[in-house]
Amino acid sequence: MLMLAPATLLVIVAAAIAAFMLTAVLAVALHRRTLSFVYPLCLIAALVAVGADLAAMLGGIDAKAVLPIGLPTVGLHVRLDALSAFFGLVVNIGVVATSIYGLGFDRQHELSPRIEPFFAAFVAAMNLVLLADDAFGFLFSWELMSVTSWALVISNHQSEKARHAAHTYLVMAIIGTVALLFAFGGMAGIAGGYAFDAIRATPLTPLVAGLVLMAAFIGTGSKAGIMPFNAWLPLAHPAAPSHVSALMSGVMTKVAVYGLIRIVFDLMGPPVWWWSLPLLLFGAFTAVGALLYAVLDNDLKRVLAYSTVENIGIIYAGLGLALAFQASGLKAAAAVAMAAALLHVINHSWFKSLLFLGAGAVLHATGRRDFDGLGGLIHRMPKTAVYFLIGALAISALPPLNGFVSEWLLFQSVLAGPAFPEPLLRFMSPLVGALLALAAGLAAACFVRAYGIVFLGRPRSDQAANAHESPSQQTAAMAFLATLCVLGGLFGNILAAAIAPVLDKLVGQHLPGLGAGPTPFSLVAFDAARSTYDAPVIFGFVVISAGLTTLLIHWASNRRTRRAPAWDCGFPDASPSTQYTASSFSQPLRRVYGAAAFSARESIDMPSPGDQRPASLVVSLRDPIWQYLYATPAEAVLTTTRRLNTLQFLTIRRYLVAMFVALIALLLFTAVWV
Amino acid sequence: MAETFIALMAQGAQMLLVLLVAPALAGLTRMVKARLMRRQGPPLMQGYRDLLKLVRKEAVVADNASWLFRASPYVIFALTWVAAALVPTFASGLMFNWAADVVALVAIAGAARALLALAGMDIGTSFGGLGSSREMMISSLAEPAMLLVVLTMALVAGTTRLPAVADFFIAQPLAIRVSLALAFVSLVIVALAENARIPVDNPATHLELTMVHEAMVLEYSGRHLAMIEAAGQLKMVLYISLMVCLFVPYGMAPADAGVAAWVLGGAFYVGKLAVAAAALGVWEVSIAKMRVFRVSEFLGVAFIFAFLAILLSFLTQEVLH
Repeated sequence: MLMLAPATLLVIVAAAIAAFMLTAVLAVALHRRTLSFVYPLCLIAALVAVGADLAAMLGGIDAKAVLPIGLPTVGLHVRLDALSAFFGLVVNIGVVATSIYGLGFDRQHELSPRIEPFFAAFVAAMNLVLLADDAFGFLFSWELMSVTSWALVISNHQSEKARHAAHTYLVMAIIGTVALLFAFGGMAGIAGGYAFDAIRATPLTPLVAGLVLMAAFIGTGSKAGIMPFNAWLPLAHPAAPSHVSALMSGVMTKVAVYGLIRIVFDLMGPPVWWWSLPLLLFGAFTAVGALLYAVLDNDLKRVLAYSTVENIGIIYAGLGLALAFQASGLKAAAAVAMAAALLHVINHSWFKSLLFLGAGAVLHATGRRDFDGLGGLIHRMPKTAVYFLIGALAISALPPLNGFVSEWLLFQSVLAGPAFPEPLLRFMSPLVGALLALAAGLAAACFVRAYGIVFLGRPRSDQAANAHESPSQQTAAMAFLATLCVLGGLFGNILAAAIAPVLDKLVGQHLPGLGAGPTPFSLVAFDAARSTYDAPVIFGFVVISAGLTTLLIHWASNRRTRRAPAWDCGFPDASPSTQYTASSFSQPLRRVYGAAAFSARESIDMPSPGDQRPASLVVSLRDPIWQYLYATPAEAVLTTTRRLNTLQFLTIRRYLVAMFVALIALLLFTAVWV
Repeated sequence: MAETFIALMAQGAQMLLVLLVAPALAGLTRMVKARLMRRQGPPLMQGYRDLLKLVRKEAVVADNASWLFRASPYVIFALTWVAAALVPTFASGLMFNWAADVVALVAIAGAARALLALAGMDIGTSFGGLGSSREMMISSLAEPAMLLVVLTMALVAGTTRLPAVADFFIAQPLAIRVSLALAFVSLVIVALAENARIPVDNPATHLELTMVHEAMVLEYSGRHLAMIEAAGQLKMVLYISLMVCLFVPYGMAPADAGVAAWVLGGAFYVGKLAVAAAALGVWEVSIAKMRVFRVSEFLGVAFIFAFLAILLSFLTQEVLH
């Protein structure tokens, strides 16, 4: 690879960000026709940024600069180190894929001044967050990211649902930013240096560290979608146009993870073991909890959004393990857990973007995303069906795809848990392991259901029956991501070796690397005697034995195949409505898990004899998080404000009396207090 | 070079061994069941004859079946075969069993199951969906339990590589540990559930609303059905081999033993398989099938046991490094 100076790489990345910004400005300023240049320009800039980020990550560089823009006397500190470069890579690969997808949009009908300018600005903001090296720059670009993505969520402003989603998102984004404000304030201390170098140099007392951790957890967690701060995510991500959903779910949540890693592993200083507890607990429970929502939901894009929440939970659990290992001085285990978390960051960005693009293709082809109106698309959309299948298997952590690589590393790091000196952590690691195992089982159920209902079986509506394949640019975008999922699964050890500089920076050690195992493609967590995973060998074995079996069976059999109506135990029914639906598929899961988690109740509404209304099955579910954490406080705020509202309509005499009373009260207060 | 060749031969022998022994194993269970019910029952070789008959028959494929439906049987068969071939059976040092450790093994079995469930939904019949839905409900509890069991064993042995785990337990003095006992019970329950045996599913039923596995594969016929059946038999070999390898590895030949030791190890292995298959037959005639929604409680027990097992081994384990 071409060796470039660190400063040059920083300039290249900054230039790419400037190009994104400029694209956004051009799209706003010029005539509608220029909208069609947004995706090509973003694609080129993102490709350049990918190259620079890759070089920066592999080189493990650390380039800093202070730009004379932003707040007077403070300026804008920017810095490109291995961590920023890694996340830059995640962001920009996502941008490459979504831009290719965008090339396939119909110029006349599908480009909108409500989407394209904000797309470019959103991409620029995400890149800027990664580059910021002071609290002001970080919060500014974080807010820019929130606002631009909010604009994208509300791009379909006629829809009541989209408006509700955007409103919820905005409220949560504000809460998150306020929390981050406190986190940076706490870290900077009274001396108040807000450049990250100054923050790093400030030691934290345990109490302040706890408060900062809580604030950072809420601030970044609400953006990443960790439970219970995820209420906006399943509303907002599906409401955006699908390629933006791909960016928000696949990439923006990772920027939030970056924020957490930057604060906890870098800015807060040497970790203490109990910092890991919230990450472990919330992460593991989020992984299971979000899947329970996903497996019961009947909207394709919402299922994908819940699954994002689940994967964020897995990433948080990995980060928690890494933090706990590092605080306990177990560097090798910390490297494994961190590698698992980081690889899951990149893996999830690939398959989740892929799945959202696939959902976009389905939505475009049929106009629907509800499971009850889809089905049989494998015949009408053969390419999308293949790519979506790869994404679905990858996200279910099945070998030989990439999701399994990070899962494998994560379980290897859980197994290092007995080495913890703290009894509580020794108890936590099997708990986390058990919850992650449960999540793995549920994820497979969730995606078998999603794929089976949408792509297999018979079409459940006319729209699904008359669906058509997407334009070639859009299938190419999916093919690009699906290829990455396959390659990332087969050559996970090369990816793990590539992120070594990031691991070195964060936990001071990296994985054994290439050549530590029996073949050049063996993934080795600790050492080759303890555990290895060799995807190309396994996959080669499977391919060879499947091929040989097929040949042998075809040679031995009479090779005759007859097409006939489905048998279905002798009672086939022509109506597609006799198929299993998404609700019927999840009914056993609802009965097993739903009763405890959602107070799921089923009752049969049977009319009395003579009554002519149809009988029906009534299923009631209650979302405990929404009810107790959001609905009840919101209700309380509303009630209080309504009460206080009467103060607005007093006569002037009463206002004067009120002011007089307030004055007396304050005087009394100061007299007593001081 | 010669060593590599011998190692390769051993790996090939293992692939053939699991393949050849699988139909007989299913046949043995069926025979034991029949005899206990005072029936004559089919002979031991019936499994092989059935497979041959199915392969020779014409395959009837539903009108709206996609490529997934036709490709799945071969892929499922290959995945299960590779998984079964990676569990050490007669010797602990097979050429490729470093390629997939226990975690990967569980995941490969999971991949085969996911494909089977997808194939069940491909035609769009109510029975297919019913089978897939229940299969995924069962696996959502069975797979985590199994993962926890193998992780417990890996934790005790200090490695996730199966041959090393087997070697570790062969070298250990025989002693009953609480965590291992819990893990064993859990794995037995999981194996019953995953192989669609009583009390979770009944392999002998058709046309019954309680069936799971058979409902999924209802549309298959001819060579496709033969592949599915063979994969099911291999899956049983896989689970019994795994139990044998983890809990009673005694008699297994060491890594570098010669051909004579391998033959002896093979005899031990086949004997252990036969005992397990016969025990399964006795178990199946002595218990009734459960209602589908009680299965979750049954598997919940497996999950809790597995969790207790791993918890105990975490809390009592010396530091491994």
